[in-house]
Amino acid sequence: MQLWLIPILPLLGFLLNGLFGKRLSRPAINAIAVGSVVLSFLWVLKTLSGLGAFSGGLEETYKEHYYTWIQSGTLNIGVDFAIDRLTAVMLMVVTGVGALIHIYAVGYMAHEGGYYRFFAYLNLFMFFMLILVLGANFLLLFVGWEGVGLCSYLLIGFYFLEKFATDAGNKAFIVNRIGDFGFALAIFLVGIHFGSLDFGTVFGQVKNMPVEASAGIFTAISLLLLVGATGKSAQIPLYVWLPDAMAGPTPVSALIHAATMVTAGVYMIARTSQIYLHSPWALDIVAIVGLTTAFVAATIGLAQNDIKKVFAYSTVSQLGYMFVGLGVGAFSAGIFHLMTHAFFKALLFLGAGSVIHACSGEQDMRHMGGLRKYIPITMFTLLCGSLAIAGFPFLSGAASKDLILEAAYEHAPWMYWVGVFTAGMTAFYVFRAFFLTFFGEYKGKPAAGHGHGHDDHGHDDHGHGAPHESPAVMWIPLVILAALSLGGGFINIPHFLEPLFPAQEGESARWLEYVATAAGLAGIGLAYLFYVVSPGLPESLANSFKGLYNLIYNKYFVDEFYDATVVEPVVDGSRQLLWRVTDMRIIDGLANGVGTTARGVGGILRRAQSGYIRSYAAWVLAGTILAIAYIGFMGAAR
Amino acid sequence: MTLLDIVLFLPLAGFLLLMLLPKQSSRMAALVISTAVFIVSLGLLMPYWFQYPSGHTFTTDLPWISYPPIRYHVALDGLSLWLVLLSTLLTPIAALVSWNYIDHRVKEFYAFLLLLEFGLIGVFVAMDLFLFYVFWEVSLVPMYFLIGIWGHERRIYAAVKFFLFTMAGSVLMLGAIIFLYNRTGTFDYGQIQGMIQTGSLVFDPRTELLLFLAFFAAFAIKVPLFPLHTWLPDAHVEAPTAGSLMLASVMLKMGTYGLVRFCLPLFPEAAHRCAPWIAGLAIIGIIYGALVALVQPNMKKLVAYSSVSHLGFVVLGIFSFTQQGLDGAVYQMLNHGISTGALFILVGYLYERRHSLEISAYGGVATPAPKLAIIFLITTLASIGLPTLNNFVGEYLVLQGTASANFGWAVFAALGVIFSACYMLWLYQRAFFGKASESLSHHMPDLTAREWAAITPLLILMVWMGSFAQSFLPSISVQNAAILDQTKKLRVERVAIPARQTVEVSRAR
Repeated sequence: MQLWLIPILPLLGFLLNGLFGKRLSRPAINAIAVGSVVLSFLWVLKTLSGLGAFSGGLEETYKEHYYTWIQSGTLNIGVDFAIDRLTAVMLMVVTGVGALIHIYAVGYMAHEGGYYRFFAYLNLFMFFMLILVLGANFLLLFVGWEGVGLCSYLLIGFYFLEKFATDAGNKAFIVNRIGDFGFALAIFLVGIHFGSLDFGTVFGQVKNMPVEASAGIFTAISLLLLVGATGKSAQIPLYVWLPDAMAGPTPVSALIHAATMVTAGVYMIARTSQIYLHSPWALDIVAIVGLTTAFVAATIGLAQNDIKKVFAYSTVSQLGYMFVGLGVGAFSAGIFHLMTHAFFKALLFLGAGSVIHACSGEQDMRHMGGLRKYIPITMFTLLCGSLAIAGFPFLSGAASKDLILEAAYEHAPWMYWVGVFTAGMTAFYVFRAFFLTFFGEYKGKPAAGHGHGHDDHGHDDHGHGAPHESPAVMWIPLVILAALSLGGGFINIPHFLEPLFPAQEGESARWLEYVATAAGLAGIGLAYLFYVVSPGLPESLANSFKGLYNLIYNKYFVDEFYDATVVEPVVDGSRQLLWRVTDMRIIDGLANGVGTTARGVGGILRRAQSGYIRSYAAWVLAGTILAIAYIGFMGAAR
Repeated sequence: MTLLDIVLFLPLAGFLLLMLLPKQSSRMAALVISTAVFIVSLGLLMPYWFQYPSGHTFTTDLPWISYPPIRYHVALDGLSLWLVLLSTLLTPIAALVSWNYIDHRVKEFYAFLLLLEFGLIGVFVAMDLFLFYVFWEVSLVPMYFLIGIWGHERRIYAAVKFFLFTMAGSVLMLGAIIFLYNRTGTFDYGQIQGMIQTGSLVFDPRTELLLFLAFFAAFAIKVPLFPLHTWLPDAHVEAPTAGSLMLASVMLKMGTYGLVRFCLPLFPEAAHRCAPWIAGLAIIGIIYGALVALVQPNMKKLVAYSSVSHLGFVVLGIFSFTQQGLDGAVYQMLNHGISTGALFILVGYLYERRHSLEISAYGGVATPAPKLAIIFLITTLASIGLPTLNNFVGEYLVLQGTASANFGWAVFAALGVIFSACYMLWLYQRAFFGKASESLSHHMPDLTAREWAAITPLLILMVWMGSFAQSFLPSISVQNAAILDQTKKLRVERVAIPARQTVEVSRAR
């Protein structure tokens, strides 16, 4: 089926734009960048229909082997791609949403420098993301995993003249490396215990093992994989990089830091579900990590003023839901939410991008307001996305979130209640953003001619005056994503994934759904009350709970905590203790001490230290001759 | 006369020829000769391209000095093949990067470069212990001059330090070689190894340990293994670009090559006994080197300390005594040669433009010199082990092998992978990102054609070795399997003989 074409097409796009982009015209760059991803999407469609994925087929894994990558001893790692139904969902999401975001980016980046560089990186990202989902062994998954991390680093730091952008890029890469440390150790354990990294071989062996027999090793592998997943999918304790990652251009935030890359951890856990199912304890940890993250991130989201930061914390929180789904054993619900989230979160980010574009680079919602008059299409699409994430009945977000919450209730009712409360908060902060942006009076820069005021994100076009609607190349993707956000819940992913993840038994009570929906509606209503009906209320509330407000406004001071406990001790310790003391004083001091002593003792030898290199060479020669003579003598004496 | 002899002696001939040629033509002559050597050396691949012989190829065994019986015995196997090719590839590159950099005593410089190549190739192909020692010393002298004559301000200090550290180790090794000769009556590596294999040469554990340590000291200093590494940062900072390149890429591999070639098969029992200690030092080196690299204000020092960290992986892989560990270690020797070599070249490019090695003298280079920035980025990524680039394969194999030997070691060693990202990305950010100052923009032209020519082969190899490792690994793997087999078989036999009997055997001799 030529699966290799799927990732190779974007790679070609990357190479063409990366090598020749400087000399190409913008339409040519667009054609290469967008065309390669669209072609890849079409090839995915053709492959999947060829494999019968749309007509009840593809129950078994389909695999292609290309060449051996690494062979050492009995360990053989091939470049193999495989498709099963899980991969099929991922491929559709990645290439489908990816193509839409590429198209949008043509409009969004139109006024930016480094145009070809941007699209080259974006194509490279698609290549690695597709390797990640297609790879048929742990190491290939890891290749994609690190590769998307690289692209994330490059695109976060796209505005490399700004220190905050490159700082954010470094932070993303390094925090992810900490996660990858766990992932790598898990791979080593798999290699040791199964003698192979191939998914088919490993899971085949795992399947036949009893659940209790060697739970220790399964728990170890599962937890180490989870460390990796918390890095890439921004879960506690490694979520700190994602909010900063918003320093990148908005299409990047939509594609990489919302719809696709950050879901890699969810995909990875679903992929290795056989191992997790052998360690119920590890699954519990997954659920608890997810639930805690969902809750904590939602609370932070309540008080953010930067529109992209709100959606960033919302992404962290929604990823937490997916982890809850995985952790309570509802893998297909987790993947379902992954897909619907890709639709509505990509939409929210692209919509936010459209708002930022309209306000000439402004990201602070306190300087927006009243935009519904200026950018109606953006407003309606954003409304669709907001309703979807808030769990409005029958929309995509509700469908997948309810499945997760129901499974959580089966597992442990308290998890359900925390989840429902979080859903309420989610609806509140998303609509807070929506109302702050579109309702009330416009509080941004006054129409053309007046000063630039408080614009510190000024990388966009200036001086346009009143906010303006985005061009069609931007709003058409928005409309498509809006349609998917509304109707995506009717794509029955759990049923599609049944060959991989057997359906949950029994019907859950209807009231679980009603309560969750009510929580969402309550959140929307509260936001309406706070930000439309009586706009003074939030401030007085924040004043009366000053301590709590400051705590969440400052994101619980987690960054400061990490800086003080990890970053600074490592850097200072390395500088003072290791370099200045151990290296320069102790080791070198000793070595130089030996030298000085020797010099002091051998007065005659001082001549040897004449400083003329020629004489040193003479000494080497003399030494060698002496050695040979000595050996000759020794040999004679034998 | 085999192809190997030609590859070995061509650089020496070039060295002599350069002495005779007029000064003006020495640059071009050195480039032509070293390129020719590289092209000829590609012929060495022939027996290894379609099949993977486990024994020696291209053997020449002639008497050199009749008494004591020192022989000119050279041969190639899967281990030395790639190191020879690395040497022959990097010498013309070193000549290219020195093109404008070296502006005084040009003739001597290029002559020494070729002499260095001669010594390095010799070290990797010598199958006679004394011949090995001779080449070991021969390679030392030109490097000493490269640092001492064409280095920066503190070049004499650095050169002498380099020389004394290395000499301290090699004296011990010489002693051990002579001891071996006295016991066996031969310097021939193959014969001595055969005697040990068949059990006709047995050491009591104490002697074996001492012999092992004598060899080990020489190699560990060269690697360099923590805490014997402090000569390296000084040598690198003071050396000219070509010196740093050859030193990091090839010379350090003499140490790790020696460990694999001599320490393991000749003294397996002692090697196993010391392995936990050595692995400990290697792991300390990995983390320590990375942490110290993190805080270096000087680019070359940073790269030097990163070498300490990277070479720690190699030593760790060797002393994991696993197929993957050893394969990874040898692969990593080559990888380090390619990617750290490239880093030194690029740092050299920056230095030629701005005449400073301090990171703080840069910042924003990506704006005036985007191509240089991209190349530096790719090299950085190779160095921090990004998959699809070369270092990843080696690091993965080393860690996988180490993990199966001792999972705890792998946990600590893998920490080094985190830190490597920290110091390299931080360096990259400070040097290349941000706004470029006026003066920097004026002195930062982008890459020239000559600079491209020097760096492109290395870039190609980074991708090739990272994505298609099987072009290189099989011949290495076969050779390592043989070495592991020798190491293992001996241990099994030793264990089978009761302890007392061993002592008696050794006394009876």
